[in-house]
Amino acid sequence: MNRRIRQARIAQTVAVAVTGTAAALVVAAALFLLVYITVRGLPAISWEFLTDVPRQQMKAGGIFPVIMGTLALTLATAALSLPVGVAAGIYLSEYAPRSRFTRVIRLSISNMAGVPSIVYGLFGLALFVILMGIGKSILAGALTLACLTLPVIITATEEALRQIPTDLRQASLALGATRWRTIYKVVLPAAAPGIVTGSILGLSRAAGETAPILFTAAVYYKRQLPDSVFADVMALPYHIFILATQVTGRPDDIIWGTAFVLVGGVTAISVAAAAWRSAQRRKVRW
Amino acid sequence: MLTPPSSRRRLGRPVSSRAADGVVKRIISLSGVLAIVILAAIGIFLGLNAVRALHDVGFWTMATGTEWYPTIAEPRFGFVPLLAGSAAVTLTALLLSVPVSIAAALFISEFANRRVKDVAKSIIEFMAAVPSVVYGLVGIAIVVPWVKETFELDSGLSALSGAIVLAFMIAPTIVSISEDALHAVPDELRQGSLALGNTRWQTSYKVVLPSASSGILAAVMLGMGRAIGETMAVLMLTGNAARIPGSLFDSVRTITGTIAAEMGSVVQGGLHQSVLFALGLVLFSITFAINLVADLVLEKQRKRWRR
Amino acid sequence: MVTGPANNGAKGSFDLKEVSVTYGSETAVAGVSMHIPPCAVTALIGPSGCGKSTLLRCLNRMNDELGNATVGGTILLDGVDIYGKELDPVELRTKVGQVFQKPNPFPMSIYDNVAYGPRTQGIRRRAELDEVVERSLKRSALWGEVKKDLKKHAFELSGGQQQRLCIARALATQPEVVLMDEPASSLDPISTQQIEDTIAELKEHVTIVIVTHNMQQAARISDQTAFMLRESMEAPAELIEVGETRVMFTNPRDKRTEAYITGRFG
Ligand SMILES: Nc1ncnc2c1ncn2[C@@H]1O[C@H](COP(=O)(O)OP(=O)(O)OP(=O)(O)O)[C@@H](O)[C@H]1O
Ligand SMILES: [Mg+2]
Repeated sequence: MNRRIRQARIAQTVAVAVTGTAAALVVAAALFLLVYITVRGLPAISWEFLTDVPRQQMKAGGIFPVIMGTLALTLATAALSLPVGVAAGIYLSEYAPRSRFTRVIRLSISNMAGVPSIVYGLFGLALFVILMGIGKSILAGALTLACLTLPVIITATEEALRQIPTDLRQASLALGATRWRTIYKVVLPAAAPGIVTGSILGLSRAAGETAPILFTAAVYYKRQLPDSVFADVMALPYHIFILATQVTGRPDDIIWGTAFVLVGGVTAISVAAAAWRSAQRRKVRW
Repeated sequence: MLTPPSSRRRLGRPVSSRAADGVVKRIISLSGVLAIVILAAIGIFLGLNAVRALHDVGFWTMATGTEWYPTIAEPRFGFVPLLAGSAAVTLTALLLSVPVSIAAALFISEFANRRVKDVAKSIIEFMAAVPSVVYGLVGIAIVVPWVKETFELDSGLSALSGAIVLAFMIAPTIVSISEDALHAVPDELRQGSLALGNTRWQTSYKVVLPSASSGILAAVMLGMGRAIGETMAVLMLTGNAARIPGSLFDSVRTITGTIAAEMGSVVQGGLHQSVLFALGLVLFSITFAINLVADLVLEKQRKRWRR
Repeated sequence: MVTGPANNGAKGSFDLKEVSVTYGSETAVAGVSMHIPPCAVTALIGPSGCGKSTLLRCLNRMNDELGNATVGGTILLDGVDIYGKELDPVELRTKVGQVFQKPNPFPMSIYDNVAYGPRTQGIRRRAELDEVVERSLKRSALWGEVKKDLKKHAFELSGGQQQRLCIARALATQPEVVLMDEPASSLDPISTQQIEDTIAELKEHVTIVIVTHNMQQAARISDQTAFMLRESMEAPAELIEVGETRVMFTNPRDKRTEAYITGRFG
């Protein structure tokens, strides 16, 4: 074996080792995060913690209204962003012509995905809270979060629709179905797993956002549950922020318990959605 | 609906469904345009609310002012300390994150087998889904004390702490977009190089990396956009002193941290509020430009491999 | 002119006059004039890329859906201009069904696949749907294999069964014409045989236009054959010869037809 080849072999080994270490580092960081949050948060979880209201300046008691607040915000966000986002995804995949205008729409969508969440917060404050006079509320917060989630839902929908073979659309059209009936009866049901999973991933991101609801929905402390969409609410991410930075004598078990509920909830739902999608995929193969 | 008899010849498709087809198309097209509308509305509403600041303080005074004292009797609204804070945190985070992330993407795309690849990708996806307050919290618990002890500082709340945590937060973005770019390089190119007697590593740096370079650049830019726009973690970790930092161990206040911390306590319709909107507009413009360039780069790359 | 066996006043005959198709600025097919008799099988043959699929798609206006195709000339279905104002493409397609090259059942049950067309036409009554489903599956020779479990997902069927399901699905709207674009090209010999048998029975009642690359198949199943050819990539494809299959396969008029049929051609 000559020297050139031996050197190339050594370089190959070194390169794999170095890049492999980098990948291991990133993966280890993610795993560490998961384990650390669980180890610190899990012991705090009890039936009482999940069902009681915060007590003693939030240094004791539970986080029930906080969980409900985040649930309300997320569900309202879903109700607002899903119909529009799915419709926009359908437009891009099924109707949009190949034009410069369509290109601008696509660029706008991916640009929206990169707008900082605090900017959405400012936008929501200016438009929904102040100008439209909705005030700090579930509705204003959900509208803001819906804007932030929209690009994720649109992209997920468009991608899921693109997976559906053209053949299937043509078969429906050839049977005398209209464009819309074809989409509604054949294409959408077939693409549903992808759309639902992608949307859930987007919505679970929204559930963890703090900056957009800082000025539009979240309050420091509120015992009672919201009674309408115009009520302001406590929310898990904001609660963590407040407990970690504003409450003297940080109540560690409550903070980590809250963080665990947030991360655990978001992760569990995302994993369940992804598992459901791959189960559907296995059943329906093109 | 009337049930037509099963006659051999049937003209009887309900006409209404054809009309409905047109209506549906119009509604759907409308929502397609929404992204443009929202993006424009963000610019417009931030701008409208910033008018007072631009008028009373002036753009150049804000953009070049080196003092940020928004609540004293004679307030100073200079953005420079905040821009410097954001720049310090962002650039340090990139410096820490980019080499590792690109190396990790290279390993996942070029050297890892299918299983390792799938597992690594879904774990990194989890990392991207962790909320930023939680990163902030973990930073307070681990990174801040570590920085304080290691560098013997009075407080660990510093640009460095923010940057370290931010480095982890933007890693998933950079890894996954770089990996996409590497993955998009056609296999024929790799095989061509391997067939000439190159090792996988030689193939990677002679053929694959150069072919994917524009996509990797876009990944770094998008990571940078994330870092600049990230709010909660930096707010919790950097100590928020609005001074031009002398070193990474100084406490800094970023653009995003300033907006998040101060907007809650301003007078509605007051000058301070308007200045914060102006600051938001600056942030929006910066990230808009970064994202636009990155997207154009990605679009070009996508076209390149599509035959 | 060729006529099918049962031609007394039957529906589903096409008359093409100077039909041409242009994709963007490239004319793919030009100057096709022919008669397609009712209740008979017409085969379209010719080398790859000569516009067989393109011509076939003209007959149910599926070219409209491609977005970049324009059709010239006239096509009459039983004397009615199918590109005329009074006929909607959606309506046309309930009378002219299509079976595609690859089996493409919808991702739903066998029953729902076959009932899709009738439901599109507004039929909701269970009894009527049941009847249509059974009749269509019987005509496509699939009934015996699936009657026990019509709720089964269509993807669980074999390729050949799926293709016969697609035929049943096309038949359920009670079309006058069924277009088939290489319906057996992705199937094994036994499934192919079954499809051919089905076609032979179907032509009692419906007109069939079939594209095939298989000369023996064309000879076996068709009454009339049309040979198309694109002599260079610059020129559009043309109809070289059309006539009764038996005559054409034994005694082609055109040298190029003979070359193609006997396999002495690209
Ligand atoms: N959607 C389209 N857009 C542009 N050109 C097309 C399109 N469909 C077909 N063509 C062109 O029209 C010509 C005829 O194509 P067509 O598919 O009709 O041929 P064919 O005879 O069916 O071929 P094959 O036997 O391979 O199926 C080809 O040159 C093809 O490139
Ligand atoms: Mg074809």
